[in-house]
Amino acid sequence: MIRRGLIVLALLAALPAGAADRFIVLQSTTSTRNSGLFDLILPIFRARTGIEVRVVAVGTGQAIRNAARGDGDALLVHDREAERRFVAAGHGTARHDVMYNDFAIVGPRADPAGVAGMADAPAALARIARARAPFASRGDDSGTHKAELRLWRAGGIDPAAQSGRWYRETGSGMGATLNVGTGMGAYVLTDRASWIAFGNKRGHRILVEGDARLFNQYGIVAVSKRRHPRVKAKLAREFVDWMLSGEGQAAIAAHRIDGRQLFFPNARR
Amino acid sequence: MDGFWGALARAVGLILAWDAELIEIIGLSLRVTLSAVAAACLIGLPLGAAVGAFRFPGRIAATVALNALMGLPPVVVGLMVYLTLSASGPLGVLGLLYTPAAMIVAQTVLVAPIVAALTRQVVEELDREYAEQFASLGLGPLGRVRALLWDARYALLTVALAGFGRATAEVGAVMIVGGNIDHATRVMTTAIALETSKGNLELALALGVVLIAIAVAVTGTVMTLRASAVRMAYG
Repeated sequence: MIRRGLIVLALLAALPAGAADRFIVLQSTTSTRNSGLFDLILPIFRARTGIEVRVVAVGTGQAIRNAARGDGDALLVHDREAERRFVAAGHGTARHDVMYNDFAIVGPRADPAGVAGMADAPAALARIARARAPFASRGDDSGTHKAELRLWRAGGIDPAAQSGRWYRETGSGMGATLNVGTGMGAYVLTDRASWIAFGNKRGHRILVEGDARLFNQYGIVAVSKRRHPRVKAKLAREFVDWMLSGEGQAAIAAHRIDGRQLFFPNARR
Repeated sequence: MDGFWGALARAVGLILAWDAELIEIIGLSLRVTLSAVAAACLIGLPLGAAVGAFRFPGRIAATVALNALMGLPPVVVGLMVYLTLSASGPLGVLGLLYTPAAMIVAQTVLVAPIVAALTRQVVEELDREYAEQFASLGLGPLGRVRALLWDARYALLTVALAGFGRATAEVGAVMIVGGNIDHATRVMTTAIALETSKGNLELALALGVVLIAIAVAVTGTVMTLRASAVRMAYG
């Protein structure tokens, strides 16, 4: 009986994956996935081209490293410097601006550092540091983490020295870090799309926004076939072209939660 | 506790509504987990039986190794399998990364030592019991292993269930090698992790309740089959 069961199970394993061959792997970020953007735009792209886009959502740093190993056909992330280095190293064909939104600092309603309404993000961080109020950082080399570190530098503060005290590095994705933040009443730098779509806000709300330095640009790159021969360059090219096209840009702009637009297309044609 | 009861109600609702997406995720979970347990049994049962039944130099070291490997961290196994199957890795040409096959491989690596180590324990005790009979029958090594595995089959079913438990609960390895891709490699545990990261804690808990229910159902089915098989054999 056991043996017959084993044979049945072995056959189960041999079943095909049940998906068409016309698919690409897109290395992208948790913010784009968790906001529901892909659920809206990828079916439109598939209806037009028949190409399925399989999204692996990790931090920008990890997404770029995965793509640099050839484990992805395209890259949609938000760290312009790292994207340029990726292309310069020959891993990608070209980098294009595709859309933007902005970061914001969220925090507890009580706002112990008193930063509510500030329009100067580095100054707000400096005030949080002076108050030694808890701050939850991604700490994972993601696009958001990099942006946060730039803001600390602009405020003349080295938070790493305080790691483990009021500065808490979660080493996790945006959602996990927001869960930590709302759980311990800490301030968090988040992209606006992740925040709007986040379901566990508790008493937290946006306290600091509108600083030009909180601008958050997303870029798209097709992985180079010359460098990574197994890449599906033609399908990836089609996807990148569509994202930059009028139809793709309109689809991005149409994504709303509670009437609020989450991403703003800004491809230069 | 309101969240928990809400989650329970939601879990029941999802099952009753036969939610297509949930059914797809459950189906893939079962496929990956059961395949991995089957493969782990094909490797672990003979390996464990051999270590349990034969005397050879290095046997104690092998036993220690098997027992220690039961505690393999899933994230580390996931990384090893990822680096192996990555396009830049030694087996990249197979194109298995981010497929259910990669997840089955990773879980097999995790479960096989559990099956092997527990099998060794069961078989070693049985072998001591049977030693005289084996000697008088003059059975060869292969015949001995087969006889031991067959006579220990009911205990070994529990061993397989232990492996199933490990595979069902595991998230670290399948997340890395599967990528948690919607409609391709999303299973129950990675879906729970995803909903948690979206802050949908109630839905995540509801999925957890469903996962536990599945584990109970599979274990219950196996135990029932075993009971009726025992009845038929000795009834």
